[in-house]
Amino acid sequence: MRPLLLGAALALALSASPAFAATIEVTIDKLVFSPASVQAKVGDTIEWTNKDILAHTATVKGGWDVTIPAKSKGKVTLKSAGAVDYFCRFHPNMKGHVEVTP
Amino acid sequence: MFMRPTAALAALFLVSTAPLALAAEKPTDPQIAHIAYTAGSIDIEAAKLAIKTSKNKEVVDFARDMERDHEAVNKQALDLVKKLKVTPEDNDTSKALAKAAKEERAKLAKLKGADFDKAYIENEVAYHKQVNGALETLLIPSAGNAELKSLLETGLKIFQGHEQHAEHVAGMLK
Repeated sequence: MRPLLLGAALALALSASPAFAATIEVTIDKLVFSPASVQAKVGDTIEWTNKDILAHTATVKGGWDVTIPAKSKGKVTLKSAGAVDYFCRFHPNMKGHVEVTP
Repeated sequence: MFMRPTAALAALFLVSTAPLALAAEKPTDPQIAHIAYTAGSIDIEAAKLAIKTSKNKEVVDFARDMERDHEAVNKQALDLVKKLKVTPEDNDTSKALAKAAKEERAKLAKLKGADFDKAYIENEVAYHKQVNGALETLLIPSAGNAELKSLLETGLKIFQGHEQHAEHVAGMLK
């Protein structure tokens, strides 16, 4: 019985998981967002881990603006669907992209 | 008549390459640390002058970026020399850099408005080009300590970004 129950519980958990918001990890190392492009759903969170000794931002023109201090983290919860380009205000040649589906 | 522009060009070339041409011999780690720190301090000073003087938002934002980044890198450099128990050693390259920077600051201090913005940004492009060239061809290859080399490599990545950023702002001022 036990394995069956476990299986049922697992199936339930798996089928329920899309309802839970995911956290998408992006690393910043030597002034590069990696991965540069990510896909997410509305309600998901993007979390940046900054390995650099410099402060960065993840900024969308007319949208969110996240400050990510040196050797630290920053995050944003995505509220609307659509594809957006973001960049670092302090280092404008650092660029990233997020595709948000409903 | 033909001599004049050539002589002027030669003089210009001499001026712009003089500080780093002096370092014909391979610098030691204590000298490299001193050169890197001096180069950073020079750009922080220039940034402070620009923040105080300029009224152009792009220029002031750029200067704030320079101040923030070079202070962060210099702090890292100081922490590293402390950890490695290295005493930065003054040298001809550092002296030449400091002298050229003093002259540039005096020149900039006389300018205002758009003239200042243009001169500051153009110097930032040239200065980062010069420092990045020195990092690539001289300082990084000469560095003995692996951590120092790694910090210089990180610095180069950062300063290449500054060079592009400066070029972008210079393009907007035109």
